[in-house]
Amino acid sequence: MDRTKIDLWVGIFAAIGVAALLGLAMKVGNLTTSNIGETYTVTAGFQNIGGLKPRSPVKSAGVVVGRIDAIQFDSATYEARVTLKLDKRYLFPKDTFANIYTAGLLGEQYIGLEPGGDEDYLQENDKIMQTQDAVVLEKMISQFLYSKATETKE
Amino acid sequence: MTDNIVEIDNLSFGYKGRLLHKGINMSFPRGKIVAIMGGSGSGKTTILRLIGGQLKPVKGEVRVGDKVVHEQGRNDLQKLRRKMGMLFQMGALFTDLSVYENVAFPMREHTSLPETMIRDLVMMKLNAVGLRGARDLMATELSGGMARRVALARAVALDPEIIMYDEPFAGLDPISMGVICNLIRNLNDALGATSLVVTHDVKEAFSFVDYVYFVADGVVAAEGTPAELRESTLPFVHQFVHGEVDGPVPFHYAAPDYRRDMLRGRDV
Amino acid sequence: MSSKAVSKLASALQNFGHRLIDQFWRLGSASRLFGYTLASSGESLRRPFLVIREIYFTGVLSLIIILVSAFFVGMVLALQGYNTLQKYGSSEAIGVLVALSLVRELGPVVTALLFAGRAGTAITAEIGLMKATEQLSAMEMMAVSPIARVIAPRFWGGVISMPLLASLFSMVGILGGYLVAVPLIGVDGGAFWSQMQASVDFREDVMNGFIKSCVFGVACTMIALFEGYDAPPTAEGVSRATTRTVVNSSLAVLGLDFVMTSFMIS
Ligand SMILES: Nc1ncnc2c1ncn2[C@@H]1O[C@H](COP(=O)(O)OP(=O)(O)OP(=O)(O)O)[C@@H](O)[C@H]1O
Ligand SMILES: [Mg+2]
Repeated sequence: MDRTKIDLWVGIFAAIGVAALLGLAMKVGNLTTSNIGETYTVTAGFQNIGGLKPRSPVKSAGVVVGRIDAIQFDSATYEARVTLKLDKRYLFPKDTFANIYTAGLLGEQYIGLEPGGDEDYLQENDKIMQTQDAVVLEKMISQFLYSKATETKE
Repeated sequence: MTDNIVEIDNLSFGYKGRLLHKGINMSFPRGKIVAIMGGSGSGKTTILRLIGGQLKPVKGEVRVGDKVVHEQGRNDLQKLRRKMGMLFQMGALFTDLSVYENVAFPMREHTSLPETMIRDLVMMKLNAVGLRGARDLMATELSGGMARRVALARAVALDPEIIMYDEPFAGLDPISMGVICNLIRNLNDALGATSLVVTHDVKEAFSFVDYVYFVADGVVAAEGTPAELRESTLPFVHQFVHGEVDGPVPFHYAAPDYRRDMLRGRDV
Repeated sequence: MSSKAVSKLASALQNFGHRLIDQFWRLGSASRLFGYTLASSGESLRRPFLVIREIYFTGVLSLIIILVSAFFVGMVLALQGYNTLQKYGSSEAIGVLVALSLVRELGPVVTALLFAGRAGTAITAEIGLMKATEQLSAMEMMAVSPIARVIAPRFWGGVISMPLLASLFSMVGILGGYLVAVPLIGVDGGAFWSQMQASVDFREDVMNGFIKSCVFGVACTMIALFEGYDAPPTAEGVSRATTRTVVNSSLAVLGLDFVMTSFMIS
């Protein structure tokens, strides 16, 4: 086996290996979507965030417009304080609604933004005032059973 | 004494507690060819390893130049070893390299000679052992004797001051044997080197070496020039030189009595 | 209890203790070899062709088995996953399932196991034979350190090859899964990729998988080198060492995987 042939093969191997790694980062992972470039930060408070996690997507009209940066418990208000990083290209009115949705019946949870009608836009470090919590399946079922029970009693 | 390039002084060594050498004294004068002879398993290869610093003596010392081998640090030992070339008993060619690359190996490792120069040197060394035509073969494609000759070319690749040959004649036909004898003599004289030849082959060795040491039972049993030893009346030397079966040199590794060993199976 | 049983038990315990001490001893020598290898690395990295040659023998020559296995593993994952996911009406999540299992676990782990069998055994046998035929001794006598010239290049060859092989494994596995899920079963291609991208995180999944494969690379190559270097210089010794390479590498990979996963998840 002569040297040029080995060099060539190792070159090919390294190239496709690195290409595969880049492919995993770009095409399979969310390197492209997570580093949207310039972002601004807003916060939102929720009573219950369900299964929301840092780096979950933030969507509006189904388009990913940002990611969740951090989730903390606010011991002053007993709320979950969620920090969102939004793409600088997208602006939202001050009275935008933040809801926690579930993709499909058992899918992952994400925040959906529904724009309101305010003239002013959300700025860096603003707080989204109107939020709706995650739907907790157990709660819903127990409510359903409770109402059924009261129905039959009557 | 300064004209002895290698001196072995009251050397004792053993593997795993069993003492193999019990106080050996030898000296190898610069420019001479010295043979070390002895029965199989008498520790000849081990002596070469001790000179190369691969083993540490239990007692006594080996001096190369003026330096005590086992007291050298890592770097000094490397420096010392660069003065030595060793032909291993089994050749020890690098099996993943071609014949050419095997001989070029020490040059590539220790010099920064240009490729054309390396090529010339390798060709010269291979030509000397008659294997220039085999340069492109892999080491695994050689016969035992050819491998030994390539290993010889590799051992002298950097023109060492001390050349150690471990059984250079084993597996060679009579013609190559004669050629190798001449080669060892010519290399020694041309390089101004000192050669240590470990061998069983009394007839060949006596024809070209300057001095002979016989090792038996862990000590030097006899020494002298070939002429002196031929005339020696020591029964041990006589037996070895004339290849007699009966005599003081034991053929067997130390063992309990044969008859008792054989009968032991039945006792149980 | 009869005295015979007592002495039998004692000798069994003694045997066990002896082997335990032996193993610790070997672990010590292995760490020492590892240290020497790192210390001698500069020398061999300055001559890149030595390492390139070893990448060829460990990496390039392992490509076929890695790629073929990856393809089949990906296809099987998709088939099995589809069967289960379909019951919950979320067959689009098949891409997520295939990608996450490959990138996080199967890619690094299966690659390392195959590597131990393909490249590790070759390294052990080669070094063991070099030792048995006195090639390492000869090198030492030529004032060339076998650790710098033989061990270190092989070490770096393996360490560089492993993450590349693991990345290829994951990527080809995902392609295999795609082929089964999309053209064969008829899952929507767009959903396959987009759900995958939405759920596979670069840092948490891809990077962690990459780190795992690097660690496995160090462990598998070092075990193979040590077993070869430590092998008794006989045919039997070398063959036993080769077996030990596979067993020890596999155990090391699975154990390290558990440890690293537990750190990465928490
Ligand atoms: N690595 C080792 N470990 C333990 N014992 C060894 C080792 N190498 C050699 N021996 C023992 O040392 C003794 C001498 O070995 P050595 O190779 O020096 O003999 P020798 O004189 O070269 O024999 P031969 O002429 O057969 O080559 C032998 O009895 C051998 O069993
Ligand atoms: Mg010998």
